Amino acid sequence: MIPLSWYLTLAAAIFCAGVYGVLARRNAIAILMGIELMLNAVNINLVAFWRYLTPEDITGQVFAIMVFAVAASEAAVGLALIISIYRRRSTVAAEDINLLKW
Amino acid sequence: MTPLQIIFLITGLATFIASVMVVTSPRLIHAGLWLILSLAGVAALFVLLEAAFLAMVQVLVYIGAIAILIIFAAMLTRRVMFDTGPQENQYWWLAVVVALVLFAGLAAMMTQVPQFAAGAETLSAEQTDLLQELGRSLVDVNAFVLPFEVASILLLAAMIGAIVIARPSGGGES
Repeated sequence: MIPLSWYLTLAAAIFCAGVYGVLARRNAIAILMGIELMLNAVNINLVAFWRYLTPEDITGQVFAIMVFAVAASEAAVGLALIISIYRRRSTVAAEDINLLKW
Repeated sequence: MTPLQIIFLITGLATFIASVMVVTSPRLIHAGLWLILSLAGVAALFVLLEAAFLAMVQVLVYIGAIAILIIFAAMLTRRVMFDTGPQENQYWWLAVVVALVLFAGLAAMMTQVPQFAAGAETLSAEQTDLLQELGRSLVDVNAFVLPFEVASILLLAAMIGAIVIARPSGGGES
């Protein structure tokens, strides 16, 4: 049987890859990809905890489905923002989007 | 090493390598394709965790919608950062440090909890129709009907917002 810690370690590794992507990439779309990776790692954790600790309760899966919904809306709005910024300023590099920077 | 563990190790390794390629690949389209592989690996992990419905939703929503949307956005905006110049900002080494420290912290925390080393008990017979239970709990007043409806409102708002934001400025022209 697979220990729970294996799933948690893998999810932590994927989450850290996502953190690196969000912090280091210049392209705004690549940053969104990092966010998707982090949401996926969280989903692995939720489902693994559901399966190993409370399999009689369906809550873990419902949580994961909510994360799906939030991830879908986040991707839609985020990409719409990026395309709108690209149309106005012809850039998708995160450091060039400094309209709100003081 | 049971066969299940070997399957987990192969799937997990593929998922992790694909995730690392997503954040390091210099070409954005390649990163998007690696993202699809990574999401498929997560779907396989859901199957290993006996959450078949979630695996299907993962394939439909993440691979079918989100990854394709990201690839489309990458193609629509690719002229500006056409795979030239550095894809990382000047503080990328700091990001590596943050990611490694975070992983070390999480791994150290995991060794503190003894239940995490345990395996899972097999699902009992009455839990085999999990999908029915899941569907009922989403519309049950005593369970998750409120979060379910809030999620639908959120999706509707996101859809309208995305359309309004991405519409060409000046309106008018179709």
